[in-house]
Amino acid sequence: MKKFTKKFSFNGFGQLTIPLIAIALLVVFNLIRDPGFFSIGISHNSNGNAVLSGNLISIINGASELAILAMGMTLVTAACGGQDISVGAAAAIAGSVFVKVLKTSSSISGVTVILAFLCACVVAMIFGSFNGTLVAVFRIQPMIATLILYTCGRSIAYWINGGATPTVTSSIVNAIGSFIPGIPVPTPVIIVVVMGVLFWLLFHFTSLRLFTQSVGINGSAARLNGIDARFIKLLSFIILGVCVAVSGCIGVSRLGLINHETLLLDVEMDTILAVAIGGNNLGGGKFKLSGSVIGAYVIQMLTITLYAMKVSSTDVKAYKAIVIILLVVIGSPVIKEKFSRFLARLSDKRRKVSVKGAEE
Amino acid sequence: MQEEYLLTMRRIEKRFPGVLALNGVDFTLRDGEIHALMGENGAGKSTLIKVLTGVYQMDGGEIRLEGKPMVIHSPQDAQKKGISTVYQEITLCPNLTVAENIFIGRGKGVWVRQKSLEKRADEILSKLGIPARSTQLLGSCSLAVQQMVAIARAVDMNCKVLILDEPTSSLDDKEVNRLFDLMRDLKSRGVGIIFVTHFLDQVYAVSDRITVLRNGELVGEYLTEELPQIQLVSKMIGKELEELSSLSETEEKKTEEKEILYEAEGLSSTEALPFDFAIRRGEVNGFTGLLGSGRSESVRAIFGADKVTGGTVRINGKPVKISKPVDAMKHGIGYLAEDRKRDGIIAELSVRENIILALQVMNGMFKPISRSESEAFADEYIKVLNIKTASRETPVGSLSGGNQQKVILARWLLTHPDYLILDEPTRGIDVGTKLEIQKLVLKLAEEGVSVTFISSEVEEMLRTCSRLIVMRDRHVVGELTGQDLNQTQVMKTIAGGEA
Repeated sequence: MKKFTKKFSFNGFGQLTIPLIAIALLVVFNLIRDPGFFSIGISHNSNGNAVLSGNLISIINGASELAILAMGMTLVTAACGGQDISVGAAAAIAGSVFVKVLKTSSSISGVTVILAFLCACVVAMIFGSFNGTLVAVFRIQPMIATLILYTCGRSIAYWINGGATPTVTSSIVNAIGSFIPGIPVPTPVIIVVVMGVLFWLLFHFTSLRLFTQSVGINGSAARLNGIDARFIKLLSFIILGVCVAVSGCIGVSRLGLINHETLLLDVEMDTILAVAIGGNNLGGGKFKLSGSVIGAYVIQMLTITLYAMKVSSTDVKAYKAIVIILLVVIGSPVIKEKFSRFLARLSDKRRKVSVKGAEE
Repeated sequence: MQEEYLLTMRRIEKRFPGVLALNGVDFTLRDGEIHALMGENGAGKSTLIKVLTGVYQMDGGEIRLEGKPMVIHSPQDAQKKGISTVYQEITLCPNLTVAENIFIGRGKGVWVRQKSLEKRADEILSKLGIPARSTQLLGSCSLAVQQMVAIARAVDMNCKVLILDEPTSSLDDKEVNRLFDLMRDLKSRGVGIIFVTHFLDQVYAVSDRITVLRNGELVGEYLTEELPQIQLVSKMIGKELEELSSLSETEEKKTEEKEILYEAEGLSSTEALPFDFAIRRGEVNGFTGLLGSGRSESVRAIFGADKVTGGTVRINGKPVKISKPVDAMKHGIGYLAEDRKRDGIIAELSVRENIILALQVMNGMFKPISRSESEAFADEYIKVLNIKTASRETPVGSLSGGNQQKVILARWLLTHPDYLILDEPTRGIDVGTKLEIQKLVLKLAEEGVSVTFISSEVEEMLRTCSRLIVMRDRHVVGELTGQDLNQTQVMKTIAGGEA
């Protein structure tokens, strides 16, 4: 009997249920609206490469920076129970450093690009540890701690290139922002996959996930089990710093220039939203990176859908807000609880019917 | 027949995913009665209380209050209908005054006259004989008085049924007696009181009737005077008590010959005054003393849980430095903290993850325990310690208190410690599990593990420890061994008679 009950009882929502349903609904909605919306074609870009094109590709491509930032943000959220609102400003700094290094070298080769990227990484990690120190050592609320860099980050980015918005003309940088010759998939998408794999390796070959979740759920118990909570929190900010540098460099490469005022503007709020839509608790604890990545694609698909429906860019934000309210409310504990109770009752009825049937 | 009961609960059923938490349980309460609700952890006591207070909705059954059937939608609803609960943890606001706490959230309008509230509060307090002033900050009262204020609040809300859920677990004897006086007083006013506790003595001191639950089912309802204590225990754990008595007979504890494992001289921390301490291999000793005597602070200093400020420590004769928990763990010390919820479990993580946590920390971040390995560890300890859980992937927070404690024990056992510190491992858990833990301690000692055991129940310590360090006012005031290990001597030393 016990086994029987177990088999038929409802196990509650998986963390990914809501974001996946959201994606599915958006896909269905678009297909009904325009059956050809997701058709993927092959076109030739200005360099004469055969590349994939279509709405789906531009959605996935366009969400790359957001997806990468969301991965890092998930880790910070899980460990610290708060969010970093300075990622956009920090990405502008990283992008500026990237351009500065490229500009100072006489010719741009593969090696200089890698060097420039590493410099951007180091700078972003330093700013990450600044945030991390405020949060982990001085126990300042993450939002307040990162407000500092949020406020001054773009000014720092301005100083790095002396107030100019220099352009970079290099086929390598161009390839990072668009396509590598011979490969039809946009490079930013490949970078997202690489980052995803790196995170997977990180969680597979270290116990960072267990430690981060422990610190996020119960810091006091984690400490008494020998986990250095401060280090874990600091580390999460440093890892986010790497994500910031990567997305900053992608952003610069797309345009071939650094505009410290507009690069990844307002991305921090979308990033936090992606983490939330992904079903992660913004109060810290258990987390799923995949949820946040899906969340990023939900946001991007929503934006592109609205644009495709000829909603003007000033109105998009309002419509986006409506959909997001729906997603967040449906994902709230209250609705989840109600829904699982409903399903439980449903399976109960089914069981009663089947028992009756068996008796007859 | 129905009319004489204040409250009747009939055939109450409550199902959680995969578990039938209450299976047709009956419970009745009469006017002016103190009715103890007893059972092991996981027996269904809390679930029954939560159904009655509207925290959970029942899946079947019927509740009648004064003969009238009723449905309870929420805790607020329960309170409105005359069912009030006072929980183990004080749920009032310590930074408000007593008067404000009594009336908070009950004002009819925005404007309340402070003075009239205070006057009313004083009336209630004096009527119930609670030693507090209405203008005092609640936080400045002792825990017992805070508890009583919570009761006063409930009583003033016209409650017919008062539920006291483990009200005494953080009170000392004097405070407990004061609380009992208040309970008897309320009883004489016709209030029906449901008393949930783990302390058997208290049940016999104050209750009229006892209802026993086991595994979500009703075992029976008894008049307190007709149910001897020993029978109550056997009804609760569902087995005969020979084991219990046989355990207390294994009195001979041999340790003297073994070498010293751990030795501290003048050890102090931010919370503990300097003290000397040593333990031999395979020895079980204990720190005893009243709450606040410094016993927990001392063991925390040994483990490096608080910042260590001085002293020398030797393990196996070699000087070592232990300044944070991970140092202690690397030297083979495990520590089960006093507050299970705050310092022990990682509630949302699974039983498996909770079990491997300490071992993983010792292995280091770059040597993760593989999934299959961790599953094997979890399965092994779930079996060895008889942990009752739906599966190894169940979040540990959804287990009963005793089983949570076993998970933490498993966590430390998995690190194969040489020296295990158990601070109140049996607090708030059921008799059966208590016994299992005591047995485990003795078994570990036999295998050569040294154990330091702290318990509020002196009897339990006498049963397991071969040496007791007695503390008073943050100082070690005595050490008892051999002949001196008896209740009277311990009490005398604690009280300072012959220290």
